[in-house]
Amino acid sequence: MSEAVSAAAVTAVEPRARLARRLNFRAVFGITVLVIMGGAAMLAPQIAPWDPARQMLMKRLRPPAWEARGLREHPLGTDHLGRDILSRILYGGRISLGVGLSAVTLSALIGVTLGLLAGFYGGRTDAALMRVADVFLAIPYILLAMGVVFALGPSLLNVILVMAVTRWVQFARIVRADVLSIREREFVSGARARGNRSLRLLLRHVLPNALTPIIVVATLELAFMIIYESALSFLGLGVQPPTPTWGWMLADGRNYVASAWWLATFPGLAIMLTVLAVNLLGDWLRDTLDPRLKV
Amino acid sequence: MLVYVLRRLLQSVFVLLGVSVIVFGLLHLTGDPTRLLLPLEAREEDVRQLRALLGLDDPLWIQYLRFLSRAVRGDFGLSFKHQVPAFTLIAQTLPATLELTAAGLGLALLVAVPAGILAALRRNSILDAVCSVGVLIGQAMPVYWLGLLLIMVFAVGLGWFPAAGRDGVSSLVLPATALGAFSMARIARMARSGMLEVLAQDYVRTARAAGVRAFVVTYKYALKNAAIPLVTIVGLEFGILLGGAVITETIFAWPGVGRLAVDAIFSRDYPLVQAIVAMLATLFVLINLAMDLLYTYLDPRIVFVRSAR
Repeated sequence: MSEAVSAAAVTAVEPRARLARRLNFRAVFGITVLVIMGGAAMLAPQIAPWDPARQMLMKRLRPPAWEARGLREHPLGTDHLGRDILSRILYGGRISLGVGLSAVTLSALIGVTLGLLAGFYGGRTDAALMRVADVFLAIPYILLAMGVVFALGPSLLNVILVMAVTRWVQFARIVRADVLSIREREFVSGARARGNRSLRLLLRHVLPNALTPIIVVATLELAFMIIYESALSFLGLGVQPPTPTWGWMLADGRNYVASAWWLATFPGLAIMLTVLAVNLLGDWLRDTLDPRLKV
Repeated sequence: MLVYVLRRLLQSVFVLLGVSVIVFGLLHLTGDPTRLLLPLEAREEDVRQLRALLGLDDPLWIQYLRFLSRAVRGDFGLSFKHQVPAFTLIAQTLPATLELTAAGLGLALLVAVPAGILAALRRNSILDAVCSVGVLIGQAMPVYWLGLLLIMVFAVGLGWFPAAGRDGVSSLVLPATALGAFSMARIARMARSGMLEVLAQDYVRTARAAGVRAFVVTYKYALKNAAIPLVTIVGLEFGILLGGAVITETIFAWPGVGRLAVDAIFSRDYPLVQAIVAMLATLFVLINLAMDLLYTYLDPRIVFVRSAR
């Protein structure tokens, strides 16, 4: 419990100083990995050694460079069509991180709005919105997403939309819980007494005070979305080829588990490292900003 | 207490109604369902005939009510592909999925609960550190990748377990491990923090001060109270794992509902997709209802807290 006690004592300190002071190994590791991954994805066209879609059938299924049959120009080997794995992972990061970030942003917009309304107005609005949230929790999201993407067609936009629509509940619930207590605080009734209208009250006074859980949930959800996007890709319902995505690469590698281990290993490693880094960052943000937060 | 139970029941009914709306909408999302049934070159007249036959010309809300009244009786219509009632197909594959899910959850609990508790008791020890790293990796490892790695190492490399299919206990090991890993990480984390919280309570300190032996304090007082929140988690995890089985079953060619669902989606077999989504959602709602009621029995304080909301 000493952790919680010291954290509570730190709460009095100004937020930015608090963040800097508690910058520990987890945070440094998470941020470093994310900067590298994000940078590599953004600069993929500049740093990737090959065109990710270029097939070189003479060099099919070459292992990583350090193995006997490996080639120096393909550090992580080539796939069944002779495409460079490293280049594909670099380009795949653009999809994973890009789709993940867009989906989190959209689902936060939906979830925060509905959570604000439910918590602020309470009563029937709250009860109705929370039942809707329960419905989305009950439905196996991956099946719903597959069904919808299959019906509408697997475009980049549809994938992002479906991911956001199946995950907004995470934001709505935490925001609602927070707003329920915030709206009882004195500064809210004070602002109301000064004649602020509801919308202004919500956006200027309530929302800023609910930001901490939103930031933490957004970070943890980003990790989830990256796994989610790859899962859809893996099942064949993500962004379509020839755009390389980590999930597609894994699906390709699935047919070569017995003969070419590197096909499935490296993209999986990329997913794991990214998710690990985002999770570490999220954990650290939660422990630092608000250790009592249960998300 | 009774009021709480009744209200909780009523909520579950509302949630299931909501599920039915979404499941109903899923079919109409594709546009005209007759297009799924008839070949592309079908004559306009045939399309019209089938529309009338299926009642697709009726107002949407009448179609919905008809769908709902059939669905509550377990009738989702014939599977387009297999031409047998969707419900029969689910009944055939559900046992395999429940077996896999129960094995995955059982494995997760078996490893995670003792690990989490030991980590809490020996806080900041090497064991605690090993657990933390395990939790981090477990939570970052996508099930489809873990599944492939397990196949590569234990099926292809070492040849200890079969890579696919459902044939006895040995075929259950790899898919259950892949499916349970994420839950294992989450449960271990919860068990650890729950135990730490309980150990900091006054009654534990009092018991210690009163000279109760450490063993008794840990296992009789602390453990019992730390177990309560785990009960709800277990219910929630079971529901999540049912959904997660979709991917695991695809990787390991496990003949369960998840694989049936993926097949159904790719063959545009919408009645079957509807039936599976509705069935899994209903299971989820029922399990959570049961867990919530069990929870109020274990910790009666919760009724007051929730009724007050």
